[in-house]
Amino acid sequence: MKTRAEVIIIGGGIIGCAVAYYLAKQGQKDVIVLEGSDHIGNGGSSRNGGGVRQSGRDVRELPLVMYGIKHLWPTLSEELEVDCEYHQDGNLRLGKTEKHREILTRLADNARGVGLDVRMIDGDEVRQINPYLSDEVICASWCPTDGHANPLTTTLGYYKMARRMGVRFISGEEVTQLRVMRGKIRQVITKNNVYEGDSVLVAAGLDSREILTSVGIDIPMTNSLLECLVTEAQPHMFDQMLGTAEADFYGHQTKHGSFVFGGSSGLERYNKDNGMVSNSSKTAPCICRGIMKYFPDLAGAKIVRTWAGWMDASADGVPALGKVDEIPGLYVACAFNGHGFGIAPAVGEQLAKLILTGKTDISLYDLRYDRYKAKI
Amino acid sequence: MNTVNDRTRDIGPFIPQEDDDMLICRCEEITKGEIRQAVHDGMWTLTEIRRYLRTGMGLCQGQTCSKLVKSIVARELGVSPAELEPATSRVPMRPIEMRVFANETKEEAYED
Repeated sequence: MKTRAEVIIIGGGIIGCAVAYYLAKQGQKDVIVLEGSDHIGNGGSSRNGGGVRQSGRDVRELPLVMYGIKHLWPTLSEELEVDCEYHQDGNLRLGKTEKHREILTRLADNARGVGLDVRMIDGDEVRQINPYLSDEVICASWCPTDGHANPLTTTLGYYKMARRMGVRFISGEEVTQLRVMRGKIRQVITKNNVYEGDSVLVAAGLDSREILTSVGIDIPMTNSLLECLVTEAQPHMFDQMLGTAEADFYGHQTKHGSFVFGGSSGLERYNKDNGMVSNSSKTAPCICRGIMKYFPDLAGAKIVRTWAGWMDASADGVPALGKVDEIPGLYVACAFNGHGFGIAPAVGEQLAKLILTGKTDISLYDLRYDRYKAKI
Repeated sequence: MNTVNDRTRDIGPFIPQEDDDMLICRCEEITKGEIRQAVHDGMWTLTEIRRYLRTGMGLCQGQTCSKLVKSIVARELGVSPAELEPATSRVPMRPIEMRVFANETKEEAYED
C-alpha cells in the first residue's frame, strides 16, 4: 500500500474531504486522507443541523463564511455532482424576551460592522416571514443570505469527487502521533502504518488535540455534546433556517420534508455516557418542548430518529486554522465549535490554497492556533 | 471496528443490470441500481450508504430493507455480508409524536 504523498490529511470529515477536493482541483492529486473511524464523515460532519449561516457568528470567522456563501455554496451541488440541498432563504434567530432582544441586537450590530446584511425585526414581521411561529416570539434577527444544506450529501460529495480525482482515502487508520524530521513535519504514525508527507494537515476534530500534542502543539479545546432529532416527512411549511437567542434549539425543514432540529438539555457536562457519544433520554423530549413553544403546529409530527455528536469546543468559541509556525509543513483546522459545516467549503478552498501557495485570499490571522492567552 | 480500508482498491467497473430499477428501500424509494452506483462512488460501509442515499432512514428505519441493502453492497464490493457492520439503530424504536415524546418530565408520583 502506498504510504507516501505530497500532502497527508488527518481526518476524513467535511474539512479533510473539502481540503482534499480543492487540492486535487488546483492540481495537487498526490494526497492521502486518513480517517480514524470506519466511515468517512463520521463525526460532526454527519451529525450537525445543516446550518449555512453567517448571523450569530463571531466576527473573527465571519469573513471566511461570508466568502464561502458568496463564492462556493451557490454552485456546490453542480460541482460535486450530488444534491447538497442548499437553500438560501434566510435565517431567523428568534427571541421571546427583552434579554433575548439584547443578545440578538448585539450580535447583529457586530456582524453589520464587518459588512453582513442582518437586522432586527419585530414579532409581526417575523410572522410575515414565517407564519407558523407562535405569538411568544417578539423579535428576531433576520439575515436573508443565510440558509441550510444537507451535511451528509455535502460531506460525502466532497469525498466522492476527491476520490474520483485520484485522492487516496484510507479509513480505519487511527493516527497516534506525528514525527518531525530535520526540522520539518515528516511522518504520520497510525496504529498500523507509518505515512510520510511534505505537508500534513490535522483536521481530526477533537482528536486533533492529542495528535498535535505529539509535536508539542496544544490547542485548548474540550468536547461538548449536542443532540439532534428528525421528524417524519411533513407537508412543506417553510424554507428558512431557524435558531433562537438562547440556543434552545435550531433547525430547518429539509427537501425530503422532514424537520431536523438540534438542541441540548443543559445537563450535557454531567451526562453518564461511558465515554461514548450517545443520546440522553432527557434531551429529545426537552428539544420537543422547546420546538412546540415556537411551533405549536408541529406537536403532532412524529420523531423517527435521534442522534448525538460531539463538538470540539475551543476556549474562545472559534476554530484554529492555518499553518503552524514552529513546524514547517504542518497545518491545523480544528475546533469548529459545532458550526464547522457552513464554513467548510471556504476553509477547504483557502487551506488548499495555503498549502499550495503559502497564501490565502481571506486572512486567517484572527484564527491562528497560538492565539490563546491567559486572562491576566 | 476500525479496520484499515483503502478506498482506492479496485472493485471493477459499474455494470448495469436488468433489475437496477427495483425498489429496495420502500420508505425512501431507493433502487438497487442507486445502491450499486453509490458503492462505485466510494460508499463502502452501510453507514455511508445510508447517509448518502437515505436507505433505512424512512418510517421503518431500515427494519425492512437493511438486510437487502447489506447483501447488495457486499456483492458489489466482493466481500461476505458478515464483514459489513450494520448502520447504528437510533432511538426511538417506533415513530412518536412530539407532544407524546415531550411528556417525559410529568412527575405523577408527586401528585398525591
